[in-house]
Amino acid sequence: MKTTTINFIGNRNIAMGFSGILMVIAIVSLFSKGLLMGIDFTGGTLIEVGYSQAADLTALRKTLDDNGFNDATVQNFGTSKDVLIRLKLQEGVSSADLSVGVLDAINKNVSEPAKLRRVEFVGPQVGDDLAQDGFLALLYSTIGILIYVAWRFEWKFSVGAIIATFHDVIVTLGVFSIFGLEFDLTVLAAILALIGYSLNDTIVVYDRIRENFRLLRKTSTEDIMNISINETLSRTIMTSLTVILVLSALFFLGGEVIHNFSLALLFGVFFGTYSSIFIASPMSLILGISPEDLMVPIKEGADIDTMP
Amino acid sequence: MQNHFPLWKNLIILGVFFVSLIYALPSLYGEDPSVQISSVNSQKLGPDKANEIELAVKAAGVSAKALEVNNDQVLVRLNNTDDQLKIADLLREQLGKTMTVALNLAPTTPSWLRAIGAQSMYLGLDLRGGVHFLLEVDMDAAVRQAEERYVDDVRVALRNEKIRYLGVVKDAGFIKVTLKGVEDKTALLALLDKDFHLSLDVKEPPEQDQVWLKISEYQEKEIRKLAVSQNMTALRNRVNELGVAEPVIQQQGENRIVVQLPGVQDTTRAKEILGTTATLEYRLVDVEHDVMKAIEGHPPVNSRLYYDKNGGPILLDKRIIVTGDQIVDASSGMDQDGRAAVFISLDGPGAAKMGKVTQTNVGKPMAVVFIEYRVETKLVNGEKIRHKEKVEKVISVATIQGVFSKRFQTTGLDSPQEARNLSLLLRAGALAAPVDIVEERTVGPSLGQDNINKGFLSFIVGFGLVVLFMMVYYKLFGMIANLALAFNVVIVVSILSMLQATLTLPGIAGIILTVGMSVDANVLIFERIKEELRHGNAPQTSIFIGYEKAFATILDSHVTNLVVAIVLFAFGTGSVKGFAVTLIIGILSSMFTAITGTRMIINWIYGNRRVEKLSI
Repeated sequence: MKTTTINFIGNRNIAMGFSGILMVIAIVSLFSKGLLMGIDFTGGTLIEVGYSQAADLTALRKTLDDNGFNDATVQNFGTSKDVLIRLKLQEGVSSADLSVGVLDAINKNVSEPAKLRRVEFVGPQVGDDLAQDGFLALLYSTIGILIYVAWRFEWKFSVGAIIATFHDVIVTLGVFSIFGLEFDLTVLAAILALIGYSLNDTIVVYDRIRENFRLLRKTSTEDIMNISINETLSRTIMTSLTVILVLSALFFLGGEVIHNFSLALLFGVFFGTYSSIFIASPMSLILGISPEDLMVPIKEGADIDTMP
Repeated sequence: MQNHFPLWKNLIILGVFFVSLIYALPSLYGEDPSVQISSVNSQKLGPDKANEIELAVKAAGVSAKALEVNNDQVLVRLNNTDDQLKIADLLREQLGKTMTVALNLAPTTPSWLRAIGAQSMYLGLDLRGGVHFLLEVDMDAAVRQAEERYVDDVRVALRNEKIRYLGVVKDAGFIKVTLKGVEDKTALLALLDKDFHLSLDVKEPPEQDQVWLKISEYQEKEIRKLAVSQNMTALRNRVNELGVAEPVIQQQGENRIVVQLPGVQDTTRAKEILGTTATLEYRLVDVEHDVMKAIEGHPPVNSRLYYDKNGGPILLDKRIIVTGDQIVDASSGMDQDGRAAVFISLDGPGAAKMGKVTQTNVGKPMAVVFIEYRVETKLVNGEKIRHKEKVEKVISVATIQGVFSKRFQTTGLDSPQEARNLSLLLRAGALAAPVDIVEERTVGPSLGQDNINKGFLSFIVGFGLVVLFMMVYYKLFGMIANLALAFNVVIVVSILSMLQATLTLPGIAGIILTVGMSVDANVLIFERIKEELRHGNAPQTSIFIGYEKAFATILDSHVTNLVVAIVLFAFGTGSVKGFAVTLIIGILSSMFTAITGTRMIINWIYGNRRVEKLSI
């Protein structure tokens, strides 16, 4: 790949506008529709059973209804042979015994008993704790990265990187909200991993900008940014491609359990790549970054050759 | 000598590679579904027992792969999980209560690898199947119980010191002692200072004849600590009764306990055993007062109204003779008359108390109160409320036949089964505080194997795609990066095996993700080399500068990933933690393999010679 000469910075308003619209859509959906929280956070019971043939969901629903599990939702999971039964925290019923009751109910008077594949029960207190831990993890990783980037670069870069990263996180969450995809612990882990990845991408670009600031002293800030983004473009795309390759393998072959995990990362990597090209650098430009911010101060009496 | 590593550097890299390869090897060997038989009372299992087991297995028409006797236990390796379940059920029936029969996955690692401590990766429950419980210890109940004990102890101490009192009662968070006369107060305070100095805080209210006591902060901390550790001991015993090969019982946070039972499929029974808290209280029966009056709402001062299992009312003395936590052993069986019975042994203080009471009460009836704590989470008006039910039941009333202290038996149980259940719960140690299952994650064995297969398949495909992509795009340099990539996976697997960190499905996803991300370092380097070539630098110089310049970028960009992974490790639980672990190891080892590993090979190929063109 030859080094390209695309005017990213000059056309930054297009990207900014596009991202603005994406963000607004995502935020509106997050506030109006919200996220479909998994039982990890809401508490509740989830039972996955398997049959050797396609399961009769209508019959299952009726059986559960007849046995007093009125609020059970029944759906296929992955294949038509696997069934996922979800139950909310129920009034008056001991939650730990719920799964046993459900299994007894659906295996009564049937020719082929269901094979228990998975039970997850999360009590309300644990759900709250997991949500709180998740929020704290998000907070601490953000703070940690803010400090690191500010230390290694400059605060305007740091803020730019964080804005670009939040853009990725919010848009990915927006996708989950709009399409009603379940948000559970593994998705939260994916979102955090995405923060790391998105920043990794941004930092490679910033690194080049810093280098070029010191190298090309007479060039304008905008031009330096353009040159830097173009120089790192093939790397940005290459790395994203390899990551997307492995994530696709996970998405298509990894099974239903980590489906949403790989989906969150796929979207995240896509937006992360986009934002590190189109958003991160213009953001720091808007914040007023200039070559002086990154100059190595010349020491009094230093030898002229030691200048970078 | 621009692109040349000194010999020691090459040797270190190759050494690391060799060692990781060996320690990664065990994971290539599979695991045999097996049944593990050990003695309940840690007796050694001799060859004759092994023969007996072998015959039993043969008689069932199942061919065992191998039968091993070591570490006082017998291991039967089988061909598949169906055989495993069949044999386990069979042996449980035949060997009875003296043996613990547990399902296990025995690694097939050859002995020379085992000899150097190489183990296969430790698979999490989502991969091997099993149950994960998170139990919460009810600390408030533990403290309340302790308060009750102190009320008793203070009463006894007052009586021993001949200090006359009107009452010792629990009220508004205090233990309130009301004296008969104000003149005894000095004696009381002296007694408290002598016997309860550390455990009770003394407060003197305006009422001159009263002293208010409160469990001290220090003591409360001790009670809480004890409540968890006592529960953990009890759980360990109970889990042993269940027959689990490699149980994990760990404290999590201040008041929670994680219980992981790999391979357990009968979750109902596991829950029954783990979830209920049962304890016993021995009390004297009040035969002097009228039960009917108590039912009408006028119970005698020193007695309380209870109901037996048939619903009949009975008056019991308020004083407890012995509680469950003073029971050291309990076993079930038949007494001389062939009735179901529980044989009970008490600890020192319990025995002393029992001896004293029975001495003066021969011929009088004594009752056993069985107390169960069931905790339920209910939704009331949309709010989550944890409801605790204390079910008290008089399970037996027996006449004290003679003076006894340390050993005695309780009869009057419905069936041998009931006696067995009760003794099981008692032997496991009466719990100090009730526990409540607040989280459960069960994975069936078929799903576990499914997860392994899917994880492995996506790894192979993901890895293959990246390898192909790198080879096409970067030619020879891509191939070198691919070698480093394989090297990276070997290191990750070996470190996971060495640390025996839990590999979960998200953990496998983490390895796959690092495969995609670790080539990033090589992409950075190779793009840099290409750039340098484009600027007209000589191949050797380009390699040198490429590595040099890319290094800082790689460091900066990987640290952000590392920060996030570490935060994830700190806050994540269970399978998410597994993801964080593989991510951390993957990021660190990829820096080594992608930078140093590839450089070594490139130096071998291009170093120390004239190069016209690079295959990049």
